[in-house]
Amino acid sequence: MKRLLFALPLLVALIIGGFAIWGLSGGRDPSALPSVLISQPVPQLDLGPIEGVDRPGLTTADISRMEGIKLLNVFASWCAPCRAEHPNLTRLGQEEGLTLIGINYKDKPEAAAKWLEELGNPYTALGSDYAGRAGIDLGISGVPETFIIDADGIIRHRFAGPVVGDGLKRFMDALDEVRK
Amino acid sequence: MIPELGQFALSLALIAAVVQSVLPMMGAARGNALWMRSAQASALAQFALIAFAFAALMRSYIVSDFTVVNVVNNSHSLKPMIYKVAGTWGNHEGSLLLWVFILAGFGAAVAFFGRNIPEALKARTLSVQAWISVGFISFMLFTSNPFTRVFPPPLDGNDLNPLLQDIGLAIHPPLLYVGYVGFSIVFSFAVAALIEGRVDPAWARWVRPWTLAAWTALSAGIGLGSWWAYYELGWGGWWFWDPVENVSFMPWLLGTALLHSAIVTEKRDTFKSWTILLAILTFSLSLLGTFIVRSGLLTSVHAFAVDPERGIYILGLLFVSIGGSLALFAWRAPSMEGGGLFAPISREAGLLINNLLLATATATVLFGTLYPLFLEAVTGDKISVGPPFFNAGFIPIMLPLLLVMGIGPFLSWKRADIGGVLSRLKLAFAIAVIAALVVWYITTGGPVLAIIAMGVSVWLLVATAQEWIKRVKLFQPGAVARIHRQPRASHGMTLAHLGVAILAMGATGSSAWKEDIVTFASPGTQVEIAGFELTFESIERQQGPNYIAQVATLNVTRDGDFVTKLYPERRDYPAAGSTTTESSIRQTLAGDLYTSIAEPAAEGAKGQWTLRVLYEPLVNFLWIGTAFLVLGGGLSLSDRRLRVGAPRKSKAAPVGATPAE
Repeated sequence: MKRLLFALPLLVALIIGGFAIWGLSGGRDPSALPSVLISQPVPQLDLGPIEGVDRPGLTTADISRMEGIKLLNVFASWCAPCRAEHPNLTRLGQEEGLTLIGINYKDKPEAAAKWLEELGNPYTALGSDYAGRAGIDLGISGVPETFIIDADGIIRHRFAGPVVGDGLKRFMDALDEVRK
Repeated sequence: MIPELGQFALSLALIAAVVQSVLPMMGAARGNALWMRSAQASALAQFALIAFAFAALMRSYIVSDFTVVNVVNNSHSLKPMIYKVAGTWGNHEGSLLLWVFILAGFGAAVAFFGRNIPEALKARTLSVQAWISVGFISFMLFTSNPFTRVFPPPLDGNDLNPLLQDIGLAIHPPLLYVGYVGFSIVFSFAVAALIEGRVDPAWARWVRPWTLAAWTALSAGIGLGSWWAYYELGWGGWWFWDPVENVSFMPWLLGTALLHSAIVTEKRDTFKSWTILLAILTFSLSLLGTFIVRSGLLTSVHAFAVDPERGIYILGLLFVSIGGSLALFAWRAPSMEGGGLFAPISREAGLLINNLLLATATATVLFGTLYPLFLEAVTGDKISVGPPFFNAGFIPIMLPLLLVMGIGPFLSWKRADIGGVLSRLKLAFAIAVIAALVVWYITTGGPVLAIIAMGVSVWLLVATAQEWIKRVKLFQPGAVARIHRQPRASHGMTLAHLGVAILAMGATGSSAWKEDIVTFASPGTQVEIAGFELTFESIERQQGPNYIAQVATLNVTRDGDFVTKLYPERRDYPAAGSTTTESSIRQTLAGDLYTSIAEPAAEGAKGQWTLRVLYEPLVNFLWIGTAFLVLGGGLSLSDRRLRVGAPRKSKAAPVGATPAE
């Protein structure tokens, strides 16, 4: 009995260690942010088009009318990581047959137009969120962020940060999860 | 060339540490005096080599050597010199080097100053210390080399995170590390004692000064960190129960318990296995802190660049050191108890209660810190545990602790007369009740728990002062001589206990009666808080050495009379692409009027600023209380009885009327 008492600290330490091993393995990302919007419909958005860009604006009703899985990408021309993920998103749209929807966050229309002209415009619809209001409604913590929306218009995954490198792999995993 | 020499020195230090971890331990087992003595030479050599490596890295920062990746990532040629120097430890690799530097420093200090420690115990202690060194130096060399070069070198560096460009960074982490890592030597002593199978009062006396030194540095480090967050980071608070704060606080709590239980082991030859366990756990919690900060296991505002691979390596180190020492404890400690008996009312019993409360408080903080991880593992839910949990769990443990702290020093060893002590403390009790009533009146009935906390703090303050007055017989002739004659450690205890009382008042005041206003402001806006009226007068652009600042001018009046002007700033650092807030504060003993500005939330709102105004009553008591703690620790440390070289047999230590320290 007494011996057991003296072994107790070791036992507790090993249990904590077990949790720590779990915490470090299995591709768990401690900075992955849960969103209250998961399993919810897209919040009410009503964004006008970007001046000088040949794409319609964006409302929640438009989104629910679109078919298949959609990626809602929040980006800005002043954001370097957005530039990095742009080709990946374009390719995903083409190869996987996904609809890309863009929200241009706190950006000047002329800068956004120039950016899209230079890098290509894979978006089906593009809303301008100059005041950052939609960003608040979506609860983003910065740009870029990408939401995966299923065929029924329900948000299934929130991805913060650029979809590149390791992030691309995690994004694909999330996409497969949604497709199941 | 110099970075290569630094790396070479680090590799040599690893070899020295390997030798030190094997040879003295074998020497102690076989009774080979020469092998045992080799520990001192290798400990000093190891320290010198790491010191060289550290100096080499610091030089790379000072001359802005952008061929070193670490410097590129964390420095900039235009940065003021002091931040170039401080940048050395403002990142994962550099701070790890500092960690190892201090680790070797404590080993070298024991080798150099510990002349009166028996040869075998010293050899084993230094060997155990070297085991930790081997683990961490190899970790650095294999996964986090600070001397890695880059080619071609970039024109300039990426700059240090501007939040870290502060005098607080220059001194806060090193102090914290001296505290954290200082407990390593206590850990080594404990493991050496377990290997030896013997713990006696002499052992406790050798361990105490090291514990005290580490504890004092940790107190100063935590206090400074809190002060830094409050004044510099513009967070408008001084403690957030953030995981990284908690992991520095836990070793402090348990270290405090250790400090007290070691007294019992020294004076009364009991609590042995408990003291050993505390020594192991205190350092284990420091290691846990290192692990959490660097592995990204939990999210925190403080975390270093996160890398799970490093996490796995440190976890391995933790498994060996914590698991190994606790297994050794489970194996050897059961045969260790014995020693003096004591009555339920005695100083021993008082210190036992102190230890139980502190250990419970530590367990509460540990549980709260790791709970999100447990929950996520079991249910997959992600939550964060915030101040409500800690306030509800921690404060109810602290209040009885403060209550007992007032009584404890009056109790004598073995058996005490509680009736006599309590009748002496009637005055303190009466003053505490009156103080609580006054607070209740002023705050018109404020939160009950806060009023009780204020009463208890006053109780501790008065009781501690009373105990000191009684001990030095202040009002009888010859008091000055008596104060001089008394051991410094006992005055140190009084100071530290007073510090806790003052700290508790500050913590209570600034969290229970804080006022907070956040508003949009443009020139002309007026804000009223705690009887002050603030007018936002103007905002100006100013150019700093490596930043551009927006400086607001606030005019403060009270009842129409001019009080002061405050100038909160917002700084843009173009090189690092980030901004910081510089708060502006009117400081008085009664409370701080704290102001800060931030950019407006909406892009369209030109000329609008987010103004934050806080009134934090008694917040300066926190820093005063911490200063008392550190002074008390320093004073105790200067006691010649604790001086490591002081020749004195433990048998001669007077038992009975000696004051606790």
